[in-house]
Amino acid sequence: MTWIGRSLPRLEDPSLLKGHGTYVADHADGALHVAFARSPLAAGEILGIELPEIAPGGGQVFTAADLHGVGVIRPVLNRPDYRAVGQPALAAGRVVFPGQAVAVAVARTAAEAEDLAEQVFIDIEPQDPILTFDAALAEGARAVHPEAPENVLVEGNLKTKGFDEAVAQAAVVIELDLRSRRQSAVPMETRGGVASYDRATGRVTLVASVQMPHMLRTGLADVVGMAESDLRVIAPDVGGGFGQKMSLFPEYVVLVWLARKLRTKVAWIEDRRENFLASAHSRDQAFFVRGAFSAEGRLLALDANLKSNVGAFSCYPVTCGVEPLMAFGELPGPYVVPEYRGRSRGVTTNTCMMAPYRGVARPMLTFTMERLMEKAAKALGLDAVEIRRRNLITSFPHRSPTGVVYDEGSYLQAMEAAVAHVDVPAFRARQARARTEGRYLGLGVSVFSERTGYGTPVYAQRGMGIVPGYESVDLAMDPSGNVEVRIGSSPHGQGLKTALAQLVADEIGVVPDRVRVIAGDTDATPYGWGTFASRSMVIAGGATKFAAEAAADKLKAIAAKMMEVEVGAVVLDEGYARVPGTNKATPIPDLARAAHHQSQRFGLEAGIRTSGFYDPGGTFSNACHICEVEVDIETGGVKILRFVVVEDAGVLINPMIVDGQIAGGVAQGIGNALYEELIYDEDGNLLTTSLADYLPPTALEVPDLEILHMETISPESVTKAKGVGEGGTIGAPAAVLNAVADALAPFGVEIDEMPATPQKIRLAIRNMAIRNTRAPADV
Amino acid sequence: MSDKIKITLTVNGTAMTAEVEPRRSLADMLRDDLRLTGTHLGCEHGVCGACTVLVDGKPVRSCLMFGVQANGASVRTVEGLADGDRLHPLQQAFWENHGLQCGFCTPGFLMLAAGALEENPDMTDEEIRDVLSSNLCRCTGYQNIVKAVRLAAEVMKAGPAPQATRS
Repeated sequence: MTWIGRSLPRLEDPSLLKGHGTYVADHADGALHVAFARSPLAAGEILGIELPEIAPGGGQVFTAADLHGVGVIRPVLNRPDYRAVGQPALAAGRVVFPGQAVAVAVARTAAEAEDLAEQVFIDIEPQDPILTFDAALAEGARAVHPEAPENVLVEGNLKTKGFDEAVAQAAVVIELDLRSRRQSAVPMETRGGVASYDRATGRVTLVASVQMPHMLRTGLADVVGMAESDLRVIAPDVGGGFGQKMSLFPEYVVLVWLARKLRTKVAWIEDRRENFLASAHSRDQAFFVRGAFSAEGRLLALDANLKSNVGAFSCYPVTCGVEPLMAFGELPGPYVVPEYRGRSRGVTTNTCMMAPYRGVARPMLTFTMERLMEKAAKALGLDAVEIRRRNLITSFPHRSPTGVVYDEGSYLQAMEAAVAHVDVPAFRARQARARTEGRYLGLGVSVFSERTGYGTPVYAQRGMGIVPGYESVDLAMDPSGNVEVRIGSSPHGQGLKTALAQLVADEIGVVPDRVRVIAGDTDATPYGWGTFASRSMVIAGGATKFAAEAAADKLKAIAAKMMEVEVGAVVLDEGYARVPGTNKATPIPDLARAAHHQSQRFGLEAGIRTSGFYDPGGTFSNACHICEVEVDIETGGVKILRFVVVEDAGVLINPMIVDGQIAGGVAQGIGNALYEELIYDEDGNLLTTSLADYLPPTALEVPDLEILHMETISPESVTKAKGVGEGGTIGAPAAVLNAVADALAPFGVEIDEMPATPQKIRLAIRNMAIRNTRAPADV
Repeated sequence: MSDKIKITLTVNGTAMTAEVEPRRSLADMLRDDLRLTGTHLGCEHGVCGACTVLVDGKPVRSCLMFGVQANGASVRTVEGLADGDRLHPLQQAFWENHGLQCGFCTPGFLMLAAGALEENPDMTDEEIRDVLSSNLCRCTGYQNIVKAVRLAAEVMKAGPAPQATRS
């Protein structure tokens, strides 16, 4: 019996359930509190900053002029088209987005710090803000940054040799003009940091709600100008990240600087309004795409003009290339695209910085490819599932026109399984019946690939100055037989500690309860990259497996000596080293004790300490989502009636955790598809700064999912597991929006934007009714 | 601003007095003055419900209530839910059914469900889902939360038979 494959309740949970989790705000005891004075305007020149008069003991306020020796955050991408832009810790000379931190107040309590920050008067000569693609790319537009006179920070271009010929041969060319509005990851815990100065050593410890503690330490040390060893970064319990907590933010630079300057402990816990204004945004994209199809419905060529509004700065370390370049490189998704012409630009504007959010580019590119298949099927008189059959990748390894190599997946099989499970003919009958009653049902399909668990080769290809990707793991068994696994990765809700404990348990023959995984502390873990990009189970898992195998080898060697048998005869199982076929058995704790206290007997290095390192090339998960909706044509409201997921993520280490990742991802995808939108007015004021204005879905909007699994094993993952963190969010928007489009087919309404809010759906129905007399006259 | 007001209240069954600033929210009072940090603040606008506690048995957004308003009241927080190491049926069900991931919204959901089930132990599935839509979770997609509350309701109705605990 193995631990892998069991839905073991998570080892992380009891403390969280009892209210004993310690998130960043729970580390603020005894700290001075910090509040930021932020720019009320999107763009302008700072003429002066008037500081409040402060009574002795009433706190302090600092501005950029005080930050001597502090550098700017300037991530590097080694591409000729990349324009590096520096982000100051506090705005100096000018402000470039609304909410940019300009001054920082420190006081005894959070309330007093906020009172002080409110009294800072920032005198700004306003400039007309540049907020949109049109404004930024207009002839003669003002440059948001002098370094990028065209307002383009990064641009990818590619045209394959046979592109023109393929387009000329096409029976039909389908055009799409799609838009994804600006969205937020909305972790339930906002950002926050507590920095404390240790007078004895001069070191600073920053406890912060982050996904990449080691990377943050490197970035902070560089920007603040201190030795990295003088800084310790701890990611405690983290209340969700979804990509928003990957980047090095100016606020953390200020906190570390303050702790050193004041030689004390300072705490900043972001409020929700700040989180919406000034953490990181995502998704703001416009894709203009043409697909050239043969008469049989085969995609011959894809022509893409992609724009991403990356906001005012480039996020560290992954840079503002993350959205535009992934969109550019992975647009073909699960489909065979013989010829390709692509242009993808990262456009800078006076808006909050764009950074990774669960799915990165792929929700939009999946929406694009899936709308393309639907529209092409319609134009060619083909069934929408049949056209996908003719275009999905079925031969592996597959090389896309942009050079991405796909390992084996089950794109076609997953779709067939989902279609069979749903029973499409039965749905079509229900749909027809409903239409006679004036009810509008729709079915939407979405097939997609999820590139997961990729190491340095993929990141290096992107030209990143800092190349993430590998993971290291240090494993030790203490003399009592308990295992400590120190990982460079940094989970924050994924259940990675439990899943890794299951892996280790199978290798070493102990129960998972005896495996303690230590993460999120730069003093206690080997250098690693953190948890993002659906990578930790694959990469930290692989490194953990290697370390555990080495530990098992050593335990077996010790057991062989103790039991006087050959090493090859020993197995580790259920807490014992056994020699099958004999009654010889030694408890593993006895081996651990002997390894430490009787080491002279074995001719081996004392103790049991091993390490593992893994840097894989990456593997593709894949899935098919099918969604059934009912659209209320009076209100534009969409109700999701059914949601089916057929997922192929290789071997499931803990099926319950995998299903949890899928369900949470789909919920975010549903929110992205139907409700969530950050809106700036034309002056650059963000109108959506509370959870009453920006609407993540509640339990009423998210249905129970039907999840089925397939299992394609990849040689690119030593644990045979593939990443699964992002897939739900990647695939769900296309499934939901295709379903909405299907429901509204009688009205000829095109769904070309996410989110498709009730207002937008209602407006589209009305406009079409006015334009098109064939539509029901009473809508 | 900093003149403190003395109040008396019961917190998780223990009678106590506290001195709080009039402008301090109940959430801040619980977290900062009473060191009950299981109550979390997700928005401070009364929307997300992470700060939900029970005041005189009713679920309340503790970010929207001043600490001084709890004078004379009985307040229950997530720390008072388990009986020592023995988890409350809701906690047990959340654990067994993966009703949490990052855990930040969890105390609010637990207290919301505890209050709702104490008021109506016979909620239908629709009523459970409706009540749970008061709070936001960004990790789970809700289905395991709904399932856990449904299963816990059955256990709670079956009476206070000793709960098995996992070690």
